[in-house]
Amino acid sequence: MMMANDIRPVPSAASERLLDVKGLTIEIETRNGPATIVDGIDLHVGKGETLGIVGESGCGKSLTMLSMMRLLPNKIRVTKGEANFAGRDLQKMSNSELRKVRGGDVGFIFQDPMTSLNPVMRIGQQLAEPLIYHRGMSKAEARKRAGELLKLVGIPGAEDRLDAYPHELSGGMRQRVMIAIGLACNPQLLIADEPTTALDVTIQAQIVDLVKDLRDKLGMSVVWITHDLALIAGLVDRINVLYAGTVVEDAPVDALFSNPSHPYTQGLLASIPKLSDERSARLSSIGGTPPEPGRRPKGCPFAPRCPLAEAVCHERVPSLEGIGQNGAHRVACFVAQRKLEAA
Amino acid sequence: MAAQPLMRIENLVKHFHVRLGAFGERAATVHALDDVNFDILEGETLSLVGESGCGKSTTGFTLLNLHRATEGKVIYQGKNIVELDERAMRPYRRQLQIVFQDPYSTLNPRMTIGEAVGEPILFHKLATKAELKDRISTLLADVGLPPRFASRYPHELSGGQRQRVAIARALACQPKFIVCDEAISALDVSVQAQIINLLLDLQQKYGLTYLFIAHDLAVVRHISDRVGVMYLGRLAELATREELFEHPLHPYTKALLSAVPEADPAHERSRKRQILQGDVPSPLNPPAGCRFHTRCPIAMDVCGKVVPEWREARPGHMVACHAVTEGLPG
Repeated sequence: MMMANDIRPVPSAASERLLDVKGLTIEIETRNGPATIVDGIDLHVGKGETLGIVGESGCGKSLTMLSMMRLLPNKIRVTKGEANFAGRDLQKMSNSELRKVRGGDVGFIFQDPMTSLNPVMRIGQQLAEPLIYHRGMSKAEARKRAGELLKLVGIPGAEDRLDAYPHELSGGMRQRVMIAIGLACNPQLLIADEPTTALDVTIQAQIVDLVKDLRDKLGMSVVWITHDLALIAGLVDRINVLYAGTVVEDAPVDALFSNPSHPYTQGLLASIPKLSDERSARLSSIGGTPPEPGRRPKGCPFAPRCPLAEAVCHERVPSLEGIGQNGAHRVACFVAQRKLEAA
Repeated sequence: MAAQPLMRIENLVKHFHVRLGAFGERAATVHALDDVNFDILEGETLSLVGESGCGKSTTGFTLLNLHRATEGKVIYQGKNIVELDERAMRPYRRQLQIVFQDPYSTLNPRMTIGEAVGEPILFHKLATKAELKDRISTLLADVGLPPRFASRYPHELSGGQRQRVAIARALACQPKFIVCDEAISALDVSVQAQIINLLLDLQQKYGLTYLFIAHDLAVVRHISDRVGVMYLGRLAELATREELFEHPLHPYTKALLSAVPEADPAHERSRKRQILQGDVPSPLNPPAGCRFHTRCPIAMDVCGKVVPEWREARPGHMVACHAVTEGLPG
C-alpha cells in the first residue's frame, strides 16, 4: 500500500496562511466578573495543511474555533484579537457575510452528531440544505449531490439512505453523515471538533482514515481538535498543544513526538501507556489540575503543576518562541528556551 | 498462574425484555449476555474489552447481582450469588464493590465527601461513631486526598478528585473485589494516569481483585493480567495480556487491536489497518452461529450455522472461533 505520506507533500510552514488567528482573547461572564478562558491565542493553518489542536477539557480548544464563526454560547465573548480567513477578518464580517462562510468555505464536524443533526429532518434534506443555500443548486441537483456525498463518505446503499432519519442510523453512520454535510460545499477548511470521541475504536479508525482520504482527494485544510495525541499522530502535519487557553507548543508532528519541549507536552506524552511498558509500571502523571477560569496564575499558567518551574515562571508569562533552525518548532517555556540558547 | 479463582462465572445469560413500537405493542428480547464462562483469579486484574453494546458492563452488573441473571451461575465463596435475594446478598455486597464512569452522578450532591465515604462504614458497622472520623481520614489519605476534603461537597471537586472519592467509598467497605466500570474513561489523559497509578497502588496494598471494564486498549494493556474480548454478548477470546496482544487468535480481536492508535507518527502513517466493514448487528436479533460472522473477513459456511465452542486453543488461551479450531492440530 502506498503511504499517504509518500503521495502527499507536507505543506511547508511558509505556505500561504488560510486561517490566521492573532491575539484572540475570550472571556466568560461569571458572578465575580469576567474571567479569561482563552488568553491572546495565536494560531494559523496553511493552505492544504492539517493542524491538530490538542488539549484537555476546558483548555479552550473548542471555544477558539467556535468563536471564529461567532457561534459562542451566551455569556462567552471575544474581547480582543482577530481571526483572518482567506485574508478577511471574520470578527468584522456582517452576519450575512459570515453566514456565507459558515458551512460554505468552512465546514464543521462536531463531536455528537445526535445533537447536531436535526432529528425530524431526513438525511437527504439536511445534506441538500447547504447546497441550496450556498451553492444555489436546485432541489433536484442538491439531492443528486447529496447521494454522491453519502457515497463519498462510505455509506452503503447511499441513495436509499437519503430518506432516512438520523435515529435510523448507527453512531458511526451518523458521524459519516456529519462529515458529508461538512464537506457538502467543498470547503477550503474543515474544522473537526473531537469527531470520534463518542465512537468505538474500530469506527474511530474508519473515520480518521476517511478524513485523511478525503483531504488528500479534495486538497482542503483541516483543523482536528482532540485530546488524544495518538489518534492524530498519523493524520496531521503540525500540532498545537493548548493549555489553559494559550498555545504552549507548536511543532511539526514528528518533532512534537520525537522532541517534545514544553513540560506539559512531555507530561501528556509520558502519561500515554506504551506498548513497551511493563505491566503495572507506574505511569508518569502530571500532578494537580488545570487552573479554573478566573483563577489563572500570574505567570506561566502551567507553572503550579510544572516539575521544572523556576521563580521567573511564577512571575511572567512566556511567549511562544521558535527553537531549532527554521523556527517551525515553537515553545512557550522559559526553561526550554534557555536550554536551547545554552546548547 | 497459581492463583485460586475468586469467582467462577458459568453459562451466564442476561436477556432484557423490552417493548418496541410507538405504543410498546411489540415484545422483544435484547440478548445482552449469552453463555459467558470465565474465572476471575484472586488478586488479578481481569479486563473486559469490546465496543459499545457488547455486554461488558452488563457482565459487571450481572455478576454483582445488580441485574438479575436470566440463567447461569456466579460462584463466590462456594455460593451461587446470583440466586440470592437482596437480604441474603447483603454480606457479599460489602466485599464486592463497583466504581462507575461518572462520579458526579453517583455521589449525592447534598452529602459532604466525609458523609459519602462514611455512609458504607456505618451501614456495614465497620467502625464505631467515635472511630469514624479517623477512618474517613485514612481512606481519603489512601486515595491521595487531604483530610480537609471531608467537609467539602462534590461540586467543589474536579473530575479526578471526585473519582478518588468514589474509589475511597468503595474501599470503605474493605472489599475483596472491585468492578471498575469505565472508571477512568471520562478523565483527561494526565488525570487518567494518576487514577491508574492509584488503582495499582491500592491493589498491591490491599490485595484487591479488579474486573476492569474499558474500551481504551492502551490502558487495558497497561494494567491487566488477563484480558477478555467480548462481541455482541459473547466472549470471543480470553488470555493473558501478553498472549492476547502478541498472539491474538480471534479475527475480531485482531481487527480491534489493529484499530488502536500508537503515539508514533511514522508508524501511524505507514500502518495498514484492518478496517472492519459495516456496523455491529442489533442485539435484538443477533446473527445465528458465530455472532461475528457477518463482519468476519475469514467467515466460512459453518460460521453462520453453528455457535463456535468456547475452548482452550493454547494453554490458558480461550477462544470461540471455528477457523481457529480447524487450524488446530487434533
